[in-house]
Amino acid sequence: MNTTIMLFLVQDGITNGAIYALLGLALVLVFAVTRVILIPQGEFVTFGALTYATLSAGNMPGTAQLAVAMGVVAFGLDLFGGRRSLHLRLVARAFAINILLPVAIYALTYWFAGKNTPIAVNIALSLLIVAAIGLFLYRLVFQPLAHTSVLVLLIASVGAHLALQGLGLVFFGAEGQRGPTISDAAFMVGPLRFTGQSIAVYAITIAFIVGLWLFFGLTLYGKALRATAVNRLGARLVGIRTTLSGQIAFLLASVIGALSGILIVPITTLYYDTGFLIGLKGFIAAIIGGLVSYPLTAVAALVVGTVEAFSSFYASNFKEVIVFTLILPVLVLRSLAAPEVEEEKD
Amino acid sequence: MSALLKVTDAHVAYGKVEAVRAVSLEVADNEIVTIIGANGAGKTTLLNAIMGILPLTGGVAFAGKDILQLEIEDRVATGLSLVPEHRELFGTMNVEDNLQLGAFRIAKAVAARSFERVYTLFPRLKERRKQLAGTLSGGEQQMLAMGRALMGAPKLLMLDEPSLGLAPIIVADIFRTIGELRAAGVSVLLVEQNAQAALKIADRAYVMELGEFILNGPASEIATNARVAASYLGFTHEGESKI
Repeated sequence: MNTTIMLFLVQDGITNGAIYALLGLALVLVFAVTRVILIPQGEFVTFGALTYATLSAGNMPGTAQLAVAMGVVAFGLDLFGGRRSLHLRLVARAFAINILLPVAIYALTYWFAGKNTPIAVNIALSLLIVAAIGLFLYRLVFQPLAHTSVLVLLIASVGAHLALQGLGLVFFGAEGQRGPTISDAAFMVGPLRFTGQSIAVYAITIAFIVGLWLFFGLTLYGKALRATAVNRLGARLVGIRTTLSGQIAFLLASVIGALSGILIVPITTLYYDTGFLIGLKGFIAAIIGGLVSYPLTAVAALVVGTVEAFSSFYASNFKEVIVFTLILPVLVLRSLAAPEVEEEKD
Repeated sequence: MSALLKVTDAHVAYGKVEAVRAVSLEVADNEIVTIIGANGAGKTTLLNAIMGILPLTGGVAFAGKDILQLEIEDRVATGLSLVPEHRELFGTMNVEDNLQLGAFRIAKAVAARSFERVYTLFPRLKERRKQLAGTLSGGEQQMLAMGRALMGAPKLLMLDEPSLGLAPIIVADIFRTIGELRAAGVSVLLVEQNAQAALKIADRAYVMELGEFILNGPASEIATNARVAASYLGFTHEGESKI
């Protein structure tokens, strides 16, 4: 094989791997904080990507309505949950988060849709819409189940994935879509051609990882989130609400998912169900990282991306098979290395 | 004397097994109260239920408010704090972060003062403030657990077996600190198997056996009670060897 092709494949692999790294980090974060294996992560990707594509085409995305509808249900749940001690402040707070927020996002989207809006506005709107959906997904599906086992949470997670994927078909149709690139610039380094889009992928991935690192290392809420992941009872004993941590985790995961989608939709055509496969590759990286280690997950994601690039060149029919086979030796090694089966405490 | 914590006719059950039966208890402002009893008497269960970790039937009032329906986090907000038996520290975070999170619910300015107070009580923690909590010695972890609880400026601190697994010299240190807390306006509800040390610093004591309180009164009286002496203090008064 010649070096040029190899360099191309490595470049391609790293671009994909950067996206998988973001998704893998989100999965690890959500699992550590809420014990939810976030299968719908892929739907955040497609929702983000296709909302952005729809907005760019000048149409109103259905996801904005979904956010409002989920908010209304969440408002009902909040009122029902707090029915014993309904005071004005609680109702006002629930109203602001569950009704005002999604309605405001909907209004903004309605206002901007169809006009010739700049790309940055479309990106911001897509992120806002998916962030709201992520927040309400936690409120509707996972918060009521917070005390159950990992298995129950996993089943709910699969259910949420199927429901959101179905809604994706309703909103965006069965046809694939592409979005406009963030930047059309391109330059050559030796034989390699770097597009503005791939630079944006690297830059945003690195910025996000640094941002997350600062958030977890320096801010009180970041530390609270880590504390919940390390010791849930300890966190509750200092007054950190499990639900607050869950909300922040889901908010981050949905924004990361949507951002990944927005970054890749100019490069690849996305369908309503493509997100699942992309999310699954982030999931492989997360599993290799043992669902606990962030650096290991990031490295594993780059490996997954590279393996994918090479296998799509040499054996494109078996591309997915080869990528998913990666998980087998890792699982075998992990089960051999694990000293004992840990009992699930809660 | 107004009761800060008032537990009335509390029952706690694991499934069908009642671990705590018809227990009533009071802790007043600025008071150190201890619950002593053998392993498995239900002391830890009772503390956990007061904190809201386990469901309790009966009544729990704190600072004049009924807190029975409140979640753990909201009980913390009322000024009730528990240092649990297993300490439940954030092992992969450093001492300072653990303490900072202890003040999660209170304002930044108050937290700064709490830091000073905790570091004065436990100078060891200040020396180790950049060390990971999981790598501290047992005694230091206990200090950190107490420090973290105190960061939230609680009115009542509940301590579950603070001397468990610690060297005698460190136990003495911990108990001296518990005594100092009263001066700082913190009441203490102390659960201990080390009855001798507990009775020495406490104002009042409850003796727990098989999920029930069998005795209560001023700590000095309990300490001289023949039955307690025989069962929990490891010696018998002369002429009272048979009870």
